Amino acid sequence: MTLLRHAGIAIIAGVVLLVLSSKLDSYRQYQLAEVAATIVAVAGLTILIGVSGQISIGHGAFMFVGGYATALIVMHLKWNLALVILASAVVAGVAGAIMGVAAARLRGPYLAGATLMLAVALPAVAYQWQGVFGGDQGLDFTVTSPGFLGVNFQLTEWQAWVCCICALIVLVLLANVLRSRVGRNWRALRDNETAAALAGLNVGLLRVRAFIVSAACAGVAGSLLAMTMLNVTPGAFTLALSIQLLTAVVLGGLGSLAGAVWGGIILVLVPPFLSNFASSHGLASASASLPIAGYGLVLIIVMLAFPSGVQGGVRRLLGPVAPAATAPVSALGRHWHGLRKRVGGQDVGAELTTTKGVDKEGFG
Amino acid sequence: MNRPHRLGLAPLAMLAAGSLLLAACGNSGSSSSGALQASAPGVTAKTITIGSHQPLTGIAAPGYDEIAPASNAYFQYVNAHGGVYGRKIVYKYLNDQYNSSITTTDVRQLILQDHVFAIFDGLGTPTHLAVAPFINSEKVPDLFVASGCACWNAASSLPETFGWQINYIREGKILGAYIASHFKGEKIAYFYQNDEFGQDGIKGLGYEIPASQVVAKEPYNVAASNPAGEVGTLTAALKASKAQVVVAFAVPAFMALLRLSELSLGYSPTLVSSDVGSDPITLAGLLNSFAKKSGAFGSGLIQGIITDSYLPSLGSSNDSWIKLFTKIHSQYLPKLPLDGNVLYGMSVAYTFVQAMLKAGRNPTRQDLVNAVNGGLPQGVSVAPYAYSATDHDGITGAYMAEVKNGVLVPLGPTQITDNTATGPVSTDSSTQPPAPANGIP
Amino acid sequence: MQEFVEFTLGGISDGMIYAAIGLSLVLIWRGTRVLNYAQGGMAMFTSYLALFVITATGSYWLGFAVALASGLVLGAVLERAVVRPTLGKPPLNAVIITIGLLILIEGVAGIIFGSKNRSFPAPFSIVGAKAGSFALGPGSSPTAIFTAAAVLAAAGLLALLFRYTSVGLRMRASAFSAPVAQLMGIRVGRITTLGWALAGLIGALAGMLVTPQTFLYPNSMDSIFVLGFTAAVIGGLDSPVGAIVGGLILGVVLNYVTGYVGSNLPELAGLAILVLVLMFRPSGLFASTATRQV
Repeated sequence: MTLLRHAGIAIIAGVVLLVLSSKLDSYRQYQLAEVAATIVAVAGLTILIGVSGQISIGHGAFMFVGGYATALIVMHLKWNLALVILASAVVAGVAGAIMGVAAARLRGPYLAGATLMLAVALPAVAYQWQGVFGGDQGLDFTVTSPGFLGVNFQLTEWQAWVCCICALIVLVLLANVLRSRVGRNWRALRDNETAAALAGLNVGLLRVRAFIVSAACAGVAGSLLAMTMLNVTPGAFTLALSIQLLTAVVLGGLGSLAGAVWGGIILVLVPPFLSNFASSHGLASASASLPIAGYGLVLIIVMLAFPSGVQGGVRRLLGPVAPAATAPVSALGRHWHGLRKRVGGQDVGAELTTTKGVDKEGFG
Repeated sequence: MNRPHRLGLAPLAMLAAGSLLLAACGNSGSSSSGALQASAPGVTAKTITIGSHQPLTGIAAPGYDEIAPASNAYFQYVNAHGGVYGRKIVYKYLNDQYNSSITTTDVRQLILQDHVFAIFDGLGTPTHLAVAPFINSEKVPDLFVASGCACWNAASSLPETFGWQINYIREGKILGAYIASHFKGEKIAYFYQNDEFGQDGIKGLGYEIPASQVVAKEPYNVAASNPAGEVGTLTAALKASKAQVVVAFAVPAFMALLRLSELSLGYSPTLVSSDVGSDPITLAGLLNSFAKKSGAFGSGLIQGIITDSYLPSLGSSNDSWIKLFTKIHSQYLPKLPLDGNVLYGMSVAYTFVQAMLKAGRNPTRQDLVNAVNGGLPQGVSVAPYAYSATDHDGITGAYMAEVKNGVLVPLGPTQITDNTATGPVSTDSSTQPPAPANGIP
Repeated sequence: MQEFVEFTLGGISDGMIYAAIGLSLVLIWRGTRVLNYAQGGMAMFTSYLALFVITATGSYWLGFAVALASGLVLGAVLERAVVRPTLGKPPLNAVIITIGLLILIEGVAGIIFGSKNRSFPAPFSIVGAKAGSFALGPGSSPTAIFTAAAVLAAAGLLALLFRYTSVGLRMRASAFSAPVAQLMGIRVGRITTLGWALAGLIGALAGMLVTPQTFLYPNSMDSIFVLGFTAAVIGGLDSPVGAIVGGLILGVVLNYVTGYVGSNLPELAGLAILVLVLMFRPSGLFASTATRQV
């Protein structure tokens, strides 16, 4: 039932997007493709962080894996598009499994440190084996729209279609996973790992699974972006990319797929908007760093004022949903926090909560 | 060509230029007098808009972020003195942070949204490689890429794309020929960036230097997390090879680190450097904090570095080109130092205006490409351009020079060569023309 | 053999630099349970301030003092203004806020100072020592020795602070459980500010020690920060000694990899070390006793 409902929503959204994309000009179609691909990456990451409670500052590395896998397959194997994307997802998922297993016992800042180093180290692979990976120049390839659409079909429109359809498929699958037992187990794991273990959940396996799913999503995103830009270079997969994904997750609204959609939109559209704003107001000559400072400021303000991100704001606007019950922990309380207990029933869209018990380490 | 300021004389001058053009390349583009039209995307009756992608922030920004403002300063000078056939050049350069995915977005915006007439001076090899096929498929002129990769010379697959600066293979050959004749029998080692900049340079060196003399090759990764540590280790390896001459194809920051590591290790080989890493002002700026403490003074740490250059030396204050650019710099760009990057930016902008003037009064995009395909007269560069319908390489030669007291002092006449393994390195027989009196081609 | 000595000493000296940054992260973590991703950015900013003082007055040590003082102030100010509101909230908020701080500081530095690569003086000469005619390499220069001494002194002082002073005890209590600490009468807010101030000071010290070899520009501390973070994680985020050991391991191994294997591989080697250590000791080499889970 849930699957049908999700699929239905997706199909309607798909039709709307298809119509919309035919009305857009080439540049906007390209941006639509970028947004859709980014949403896939952000969705995977928000599941990892918001639902399973593990942090990663290194998901750019999985996008790197997916992107290069796509480039290599397209250049050497000439498979059809769906197979290419699937293969890239699998390769990235394998990488995610490896990382997940290596990091299964890591928590908080230790996990952050491991993923950080992954993001920095993995692109070095492209420099080391230059014959295969093209080194600094990366790999260029071409993608053409399929014959049945006609020879003159705008490539950017085709790219937008591919990215949107993939994004919708991924979102449907993720929504189903979230409503399934695995999703509930992840949330249990996130909220209280000890209790989850006591209840018989295989904590390690769950954690690795979350890594696999989120890495596969990042791989798909990397693949889609590669096919939109028709090029992969190591310089496109910097640490900054991983950090930006993380900020997009939180800005959009942690733990929710709708938040991931917002996050993808923000990540792709806000920085160029800030740059153009600066240059059209004559500020660019003062400094190209103005949009950067602006983005940092936005992050801080949003986190201070709207910690549940855009999706949290939207939900508040659209009317109060049953609030999560709060139990003040002590009279000391207000300054320091309330211990928020989760009341069952709220899944997609719930905020990250932590039991700030005496031993729990933070994300650092 | 003297540009008369009064509009009335313009049509006559245009007729003269037009007939020259027709004679030169059989161009059937119209060069009639009359009103200025919006003859192409990005061209209006009053303006020409061109676009570029540049690293204005991030790891590649230091130094390179001066190039676009310098080009813009030259364009403003031209605009203030009549423009290109009366049109003002609007130069829109976007920040790509040396990240090829941002470059892709930037260039799509410039072409699809801003409808620029041409892409000018796109900076960086990996960044520009990401967008060159797209620019060509949109049939937008892609002039004077700011990179010495030989890959821009691909007239059949990238017909809109043209290089400008001397490419790294040629440069390697010229440096190599000098080393082979001046350091016979000495041990040579290479210190180079591990990408096409360094690798092409080494290729060129290899065409001229006997392999038996080369005792070490140390590539460095520009994206290393700890560059100083990396360079320190590589320098120790160079020292262990007992090389007497080190040839460096490195960017200024890594050249500076090389010098510092040599200082630490007590290793002083003769240093020969590609033009990219040898701008005295930039290098001295990076090293000046170390000069006093280590017993050398001022620009002492860069004294004696041998390099090549394809533009007039900033130390030649009597050179007409340097005088022109100094004047423009003090008027339009006083906040930046007059260093190699600014010289580069103004020089490539000058070349662009040369091409625009040749393209005609109401140019189409194809007119601009034809203008360059028909060859450009030698201007600010010390050697002729290679431009033709089949050759999209730019400057073909350079002169050897030595860093003395903070400026480049020429060591000999301009050498020209080609990209092949066997093509000779020979002395250029042409002479560089002086700068036009009013500074406009 | 000479190469080996040069690599080793160079690695130790590099490792001390990673340890310097790691120490500031350890301090903040142990004192406040927040990891400050903006630490490198703050160090870059204080280095700019130092450079201005040095250029204006000609005195390196005056600039040095200004850097440390401004690190102290910057840490305290940032804590009160921006980090304090996140305490008690989900820890991810603090992560994002410090990332936002990093981006903001780098942007502001770019606006004020521009992207130009600036030369930055070292405290002493960088010429390596010689044992007879045997050169010991950059790791043996007066500057490298000073760096090592400064970092070891800072680590020692930190360890003493945490173990033997009441301030240190109060910091550890606040980090362990803020409500309980408050119940005991500890002014948790003030302690947190102090922790950030001290971390800012150590970060500024790290900046002064590192910047001569990275040159100074808005992003100059980014990649060294990653290595410093890794060093702290390898050693255990609760342990100043761990930061030193982690830094040394990282510095020496990375140098060997660069020198003997290839210049593309040090980061992969760093990842390998990190993963290896964490697989056997998930909280780092010098982790304090495992926390009670139930």
